[in-house]
Parts: sequence; C-alpha cells; structure tokens
Amino acid sequence: MYEFKYQRPTSVRQAVNMLAKDPEAKLLAGGHSILPVMKLRLAKPTQIVDIGRIEGLNTIELRGRSIVIGALARHVEVANSETVKTALPALAKVAAEIGDPAVRHRGTLGGSLANNDPNADYPAAVLGLGATIITSKRRIAADDFFKGLFETALEPDEIITKVSFPLARKAAYQKFRHPASGFALVGVFVSKRGSDIRVVATGAGSNGVFRVPSFEEALKKRFSPKSIEGMTIPADGMNTDIHGSAEYRAHLVGVMARRALAAA
Amino acid sequence: MPAVSLTVNGKAVTADVDPRTLLVQFLRENLRLTGTHVGCDTSQCGACVVHVDGIATKACTTLALQADGGSVLTIEGLAAPDGPLHPMQEAFRENHGLQCGFCTPGMVMTAVDMVNRLGNELDEQTIRHELDGNLCRCTGYHNIVKSIAAGAKAMKGATA
Repeated sequence: MYEFKYQRPTSVRQAVNMLAKDPEAKLLAGGHSILPVMKLRLAKPTQIVDIGRIEGLNTIELRGRSIVIGALARHVEVANSETVKTALPALAKVAAEIGDPAVRHRGTLGGSLANNDPNADYPAAVLGLGATIITSKRRIAADDFFKGLFETALEPDEIITKVSFPLARKAAYQKFRHPASGFALVGVFVSKRGSDIRVVATGAGSNGVFRVPSFEEALKKRFSPKSIEGMTIPADGMNTDIHGSAEYRAHLVGVMARRALAAA
Repeated sequence: MPAVSLTVNGKAVTADVDPRTLLVQFLRENLRLTGTHVGCDTSQCGACVVHVDGIATKACTTLALQADGGSVLTIEGLAAPDGPLHPMQEAFRENHGLQCGFCTPGMVMTAVDMVNRLGNELDEQTIRHELDGNLCRCTGYHNIVKSIAAGAKAMKGATA
C-alpha cells in the first residue's frame, strides 16, 4: 500500500467535511473492497476516512412497504435479520451468498454499492428491486445510481447513509458463483412489484450491472421461466476474462434468469 | 504515527503504527504471534482468521487501526500455554485434521467461530458450507470436517 493518513470521524457530517477538504480521501467501512485495491496499489488515497464505527448506520427497519437498511449494516446482519428474511427473503439470500462467512462479518451494504464492482451481488438486488439510495445529500433512484465500471452517481463528498428497498410480491436471486472468490460470474435478480417487472444481471456486463429489457417485456404477460424460454441476449457488451467468454456469460444470463424466475 | 491499543489474548498492548499496518502484520511482526498465517493475502484462503471482538475476521484485510480498542483472539490464545489444548485443537489432533498445518490456525479459529454462532451440533453440510472461506491444499477437507464436528461436540460444557 501507498502511505495514507488515517482518520476516524464519529459522525457523517465530520466524514463529509473530511472528504470535502481532500478530493483524494477515500472512505473505509468494512475495508473488504478498498483494502485489496490499495494492497495492489491500484488506489492511492491520501487519507482513509474510517466510517466503520459511526453509530446509527447499521439499523434494519420495516417502514410501511419498504425495508430501510443502514449503509453500515454488515452482510451477516442483513442475511440473519428476521425482518429481511420474512419481508424480503430474496435480499437476505443475496447477503448470505456474498463472499464467505468472515467476509460477511466485515463487508457492508454501503461499501458494496459505493464500490460498484461489476461482479458484486448487492448492485443486482438494489437495481433489481428498484431501491432508493439515501445519501448525506439526497435520494438517488437505483436506475440513476450505477454509472458503469466502479462508477456511481455519488459525488466525491457524498456518503451513502441508508438504502430503502421496496417490498416485492415476487423476487429471487440466482448466481453462478466463482468458486474461489464467491463473486458472481453471472448473477440475476428478478422481481415483480405491481406492474414493475425487473430482470437485472450482475457479473455479466463489461460496464457493470444492467437491466434486461427484452426479458422484462416478455415477462409482462406471465412472470414465469416459460415466458423467456429459449431467449438469449447478445454477447456484445458482455465481459470476457479467464473465467468465461462474452458468449458464455450471455448464455448464463438466460439460464440464471430462468432459475431465478423458477425460485421467485 | 497513530497509536493502536488492543487486548490480544487477554493482554493489553499499545504501539505506534504506520496506518498501513494490517492486523495480521501487527500480530506477527510487532507481537511475534506467528501462529496467524498469511496465505493468499487476498482474503480468500482464511489462514489469517482471528477473532476481533468475538467475530471471525480475515486479519490480512483489516487494518490494525480498525481493531483499535477491541479485543483480538488468536490461535495462541485459545488454550493456556502450559495447559491442555482447546477442545477444537484436540479434535484436529485426534482426527488428523491437518497435513502440513499451514491452514490449521485459520481452520481452528473459523471452527470455533462456527460453534459460537451455530452451536455444538454441526452436520457435515453445514461445516462444509461454513468452511467456504478457508482453503486447505493438502487434506481434501475430509478430516477437517470430521475434526470440526468432533470439536464442536467437545466444546459443549467446556469453557471456549
């Protein structure tokens, strides 16, 4: 790692001020995304602003027809939450399948979203449920939040504080898991909430998480794997690496979407 | 340099550290507790698992400063230096749950965390699932799984 200064603010406002004063400062919550990147010297923050201990940011609450989860909620807390397991089991399952037990003990919801790794699981659930990201400044719809590879709508001095997930009548997530890292080689989240039907793929696109409009259209009549039987998506824009070609990933999007629909 | 204060295996320690110091580095290099290993250094293999405030944590992906003020338990702290082995260590010995032994400290710390969270009756499927973040390149896991099942039972009633 390159050298950095370590800070530990006790409030969101303090943290925002630290970010505003230094554009090269980076946030650390659980550290399971930023530290690996720093160890590879792919990032060179001047300051690490450790928000991991700011109080009140790891709550999980049912509010009307939504579950509101604090940005510092660890994956294990979301996975084990009775509220989430009862009201939105697909989201609990997403959290339960991230990384491994020790990683889930440290990694946070806000950290995963702010990082927007193209293979991460949470972005699929957030976009797949049409959630709202609540920050220190504003509310951002999931459709406007993810901007590409490791890019989000967040401004340099903006901090995610909560995410509001609307409850869906039907929802499920299925992923083809990379056996070593646990990342999604391809993961698909499907949901149906009134007339809002969403099919979202993570791990597949070279530009990060994306919706699959052709599948969503086909599911309007009937929310069932049969409605997209035999359908595929083009390999253009799919990610290619040593783990799988663009064609393979495009194929997996259809397979995982059908599995998710069968589970929803 | 900022100071870090920890309780490690029940003993209070304080040191000035470069903020870059990883928890695993701090344990191994500052405190000479070399039972915690660095395997992959990418939070995948689990050789570095320790308990931070009672929770299994990969010490290669945690800054020492993140644990400041907290309590860390390493493999060295599981059993008293001159006393008998911890029941989970004894189960690994009894069931030959290791070959080269490099992954073993992380395996044992993960296993104890597993029991703390899930109780003393662990079936094979649960153990294998929970071992997701611990890699062993020698054993094929069979005896590790047996060891953990036996150790979990043995921990019942024992002070863990």
